[in-house]
Amino acid sequence: MNKLKRILGIVWLLLAVACAYFGIADFGWPKVAHAKGNDDLVFGIIILFVLMPIIVGGLLKFGWYALQGEYDDD
Amino acid sequence: MGTETKGLWKIIGASSVGTLIEWYDFYIFGSLATIISTKFFPAENPTAAFLATLATFAAGFVVRPFGALFFGRLGDLIGRKYTFMVTLLLMGGATFMIGCIPSYESIGFMAPVLVLLLRLLQGLALGGEYGGAATYVAEHAPANKRGYWTSWIQTTATVGLFISLLVIMGTRLAISKEAFNEWGWRVPFWVSIIMVAVSYVIRKNMDESPLFAKVKAEGHVSKNPLKESFGNKQNFKYVLLALFGATMGQGVVWYTGQFYAMSFIEKICMVDKMQSDMLIAIALLMGTPFFLFFGALSDKIGRKKIMMAGMLLAMFAYRPIYEKMYQTVSIKNKTEVVAKHTEALSLVLNPKTGLKDSVFTYTFHYTDQTVKTEINTLQLVKKQHKVSVAKEELKTSITINSSDKWTLIWMVFFQVIFVTMVYGPIAAFLVEMFPTNIRYTSMSLPYHIGNGVFGGLLPAVATYLASKANDANTLAEKAGSNLPFDKPYLEGLWYPIIVSGVCFVIGMLYINGKKRSIE
Repeated sequence: MNKLKRILGIVWLLLAVACAYFGIADFGWPKVAHAKGNDDLVFGIIILFVLMPIIVGGLLKFGWYALQGEYDDD
Repeated sequence: MGTETKGLWKIIGASSVGTLIEWYDFYIFGSLATIISTKFFPAENPTAAFLATLATFAAGFVVRPFGALFFGRLGDLIGRKYTFMVTLLLMGGATFMIGCIPSYESIGFMAPVLVLLLRLLQGLALGGEYGGAATYVAEHAPANKRGYWTSWIQTTATVGLFISLLVIMGTRLAISKEAFNEWGWRVPFWVSIIMVAVSYVIRKNMDESPLFAKVKAEGHVSKNPLKESFGNKQNFKYVLLALFGATMGQGVVWYTGQFYAMSFIEKICMVDKMQSDMLIAIALLMGTPFFLFFGALSDKIGRKKIMMAGMLLAMFAYRPIYEKMYQTVSIKNKTEVVAKHTEALSLVLNPKTGLKDSVFTYTFHYTDQTVKTEINTLQLVKKQHKVSVAKEELKTSITINSSDKWTLIWMVFFQVIFVTMVYGPIAAFLVEMFPTNIRYTSMSLPYHIGNGVFGGLLPAVATYLASKANDANTLAEKAGSNLPFDKPYLEGLWYPIIVSGVCFVIGMLYINGKKRSIE
């Protein structure tokens, strides 16, 4: 189980990169660049500057800890 | 009833009532958002409209985690009791004040600015309240019943929503529509101050949490809770695990079951507002006891199993449930009684233009007693002696029959059950993850990021995904090609399905389901 937890650490790191790409290119940036109104603009800003840093930063750190064996059973 | 249990009931009462009021305060703003925007945020003023969007998004999503950090730190430094009294007063005061602000017409730009500031205070207070109440109750409860006792706190969010719907519906019924739009919408805000005063008095007479008092007496109070919570790898890794393995999934399941369901029934199925509020309220009432059931069950079989089962069930059940709701109301599945069809035209004076709007009302009756009403309003303007149509607005509402109503109630009820499975045991689960001296800070942040950010963004993200699918279908239709999305109205559900799926995998693999002591 510990081995699986560590291997999946790489999956979480890759997931963080994928989230960063889709979150910015497909989601947040188009909302800011082509905002149809205030809702779009605020939504885009929140995606880019709140949701993305939490998901990407958090998953990178979580994946790194998992890879390092920080979550291994004692 | 033993003295210990009696004391616990008092603690539960004091903590839950306060938290319930905070949720009530938070929800009435959302439920009255449409009327608030006409009073404080006129659409014709772009800056005011921008402030309206900020008030909706910022307080719900961005500010709550900051409240969690600020009040969490305070709770770990000076104590749980004083901190959640401050959050209660802050929330109650802000809510009452929103009900007192003169409209945009009276004081101009100050009105939306004041509403935004008070809404931000509401978000901050809510961010600080939950962690305090959950910690306070958990630190009083016996270890073998911690899940049960803390699940009372978990009912407050749903009961708060339920009471807010009741108070608003009650006010609407008690006075005329005109009076409600004029001043009656302020009543639910004013009611808050009475509840806050009662709750404050009860809380004031409570003692500090015994575990915190012990830590304080031994001189082990954290000097810097923020640094110890998030700067220390040994603790921070559990903060991340709590977020990605529990609260993230719990947040989206919670918002889908209680808010997306409501918005789907109203905006996609177009069920009449009063009827949809009523059926949501019934489903919430039926589902609420299950918070306690799953909280108590978590004391017996463990928190992890129940929370993970809730996420798994939600992932697989959402699409069939929403499809059933859509098809139940869809007019395409009904037969019209053409002989009962009515059309009416009325002229209504528009005070803004000084002209009379043409209001066409079409009523369609169906064999199963469903009634669809379409109101088409043509707003006229006069420019250089010429009268032309400035705006056309079409409103559709469907009044469903009793059988369809119950189908929808059961569909929402199933979703509330998923909510109770993921949410009932989570307070005890979070409390057990962190040590007493930094518990308030450490558990509040992942909870409010999971709920406020992942959950709070759900309506916006889901609507975006659904509208993207609709746009793609429209383009394909114009091009004469096959439609890329068979059921565009279900596309928004991918957000909660994917988030809870990832959370399920992380939770299953990384969370240790063993019982923990909080001493």
